[in-house]
Amino acid sequence: MSLLEIENVTMQFGGLKCVNDLTFRMDDNELVGLIGPNGAGKTTVFNLTTGVYRPTAGAIRFLGRSVAGQRPYKITGRGIARTFQNIRLFSSLSVFDNVRTACNMHLRHGISHALFRGRGYAAEEKEIHATVMELLEIFGLAGMCDRPGASLPYGDQRRLEIVRALATRPKLLLLDEPAAGMNPSEKEHLMQLIRFTKEKFRLAILLVEHDMKVVMGICERIVVLDYGSKIAEGTPEQIRHDPKVIAAYLGKEAA
Amino acid sequence: MRGPKVLLLIALLVCAGASGFAGAINPYYYDILISIGINILLAVSLNLVTGYTGQFSLGHAGFMAVGAYFSAWVTLTCGQALGGSPPSATGLFLLALIGGGFAAAAAGLVVGVPSLRLRGDYLAIVTLGFSEIIKGVIQNAEPLGAQRGLGGMVQHTNFFWTYAFVALAIYGILTLVHSTYGSGFLAVRDDEIAAESMGINTTKYKVLAFVIGAFMAGIAGGLYAHFKQFIHPEGFNFLKSVDIVVMVILGGMGSTAGVCLAAVILTILPEFLRTVSDYTWLPAPVRELAENRMILYSLLLIVLMLTRPQGLFGKVDLRRKKP
Repeated sequence: MSLLEIENVTMQFGGLKCVNDLTFRMDDNELVGLIGPNGAGKTTVFNLTTGVYRPTAGAIRFLGRSVAGQRPYKITGRGIARTFQNIRLFSSLSVFDNVRTACNMHLRHGISHALFRGRGYAAEEKEIHATVMELLEIFGLAGMCDRPGASLPYGDQRRLEIVRALATRPKLLLLDEPAAGMNPSEKEHLMQLIRFTKEKFRLAILLVEHDMKVVMGICERIVVLDYGSKIAEGTPEQIRHDPKVIAAYLGKEAA
Repeated sequence: MRGPKVLLLIALLVCAGASGFAGAINPYYYDILISIGINILLAVSLNLVTGYTGQFSLGHAGFMAVGAYFSAWVTLTCGQALGGSPPSATGLFLLALIGGGFAAAAAGLVVGVPSLRLRGDYLAIVTLGFSEIIKGVIQNAEPLGAQRGLGGMVQHTNFFWTYAFVALAIYGILTLVHSTYGSGFLAVRDDEIAAESMGINTTKYKVLAFVIGAFMAGIAGGLYAHFKQFIHPEGFNFLKSVDIVVMVILGGMGSTAGVCLAAVILTILPEFLRTVSDYTWLPAPVRELAENRMILYSLLLIVLMLTRPQGLFGKVDLRRKKP
């Protein structure tokens, strides 16, 4: 059984087919890249997988069970977490609270515990505090835990988004253009971070990215989209030499 | 027992202690004191909906009306049956208050549902419409006095009960929004899409905010009804809702401390302005302006908003440092 199976998925907005009969699968602990020119439908695939959109046709299965059209919070509960292309931190919350919010879904106790503050409450909050601080420590953000999330430098905000997604304890992490707007040294650092995350938390990562150096550098397998359809799939080496991919990126002449 | 619970206990004891002196206060000041408590209750409960959860509501007076009429109706119909011995009358009053709170919470549930589809100004219009419906229903309900208003309640509301409920409401809201459970409210306010993809059921939190907010407003309504001993549908109109919204905005959205302070200031200010025209040392034009005190009141609001657009307290809130 694959971790994620996307089968003949089509997403249509009026007359526009953003994703057209797409099929691919991912296994446990795999790092897959999803690339394609602007408007190829990469983010739409993310939005379909995380429940923001319901596919017009086709099936999306996670660990063998369909997730197509479920509410996003339920899909997150099943083990898919994501980051956003345009950073979406909780801007008025501190770095710590941003991550703590993602622990909300794993609470064992409900509203009465929060109100009456019984013995279980303190223990659980302490546990969450420790988990959050440990995650922030790993990603080098612990020193800024009281600062507002939105006040962090750009690269740190991207890292914080990854930490926040990890706090939901996902089995599959979707990263939407994590390298966007980063300089070469930041990108280098990000690549190490993604590899490290994958090994440390033993999860699968689906990566949408425009920067070919990043994608070719870390992905084990790459899926290429163009106009919503899959035009190629394979190892970075295969993709680099695929005439269809070169045509899609550079035009037919070049191929 | 520690932390917030100890503070709550201290607050309740202070309320009980202070209520002993209530009899010594001039009735006019006593009236203002109780009004302040009721307004704090209304403002902090709306702050949960608007300030912490980010759902703009213009119908808070509607929930207050539900609580006021429900509790008044209960004490009026059951009061005679019980005969009115003081302990049982107080018990009935408390039951009626809580019942009024639950009735308002049920109304909050009904309003919470459209809030799932609408946001911002659209939601404001819907909540406004809803509170007008509540008012319209009361205006035509003969058992509730219709247009004549409802009177004859015994004055059960006193200093202790008012401020005990204020303390409970502040305790409830603060413990909630500072817990991991309650972080869902803040997440919904900041970014609904991100909240949802962090595993937070945004629907649940929005409805919950409306229900809890309405419950507290219903209690405030019950306290009001059993203090003024007369309620009228026009007392819960659009302007009353706006008054509460002004307290929240002026105090600083999502700052319970600021909102309490704003409720105090905005309750005292119109009363204080009554006396300005008596101060002979003030220049004549100021005194003349003060005779039209509502103009001065509005002017002060504008000045406050221009100088403190983030609210009196801004983002500063009552909060204990983390462990």
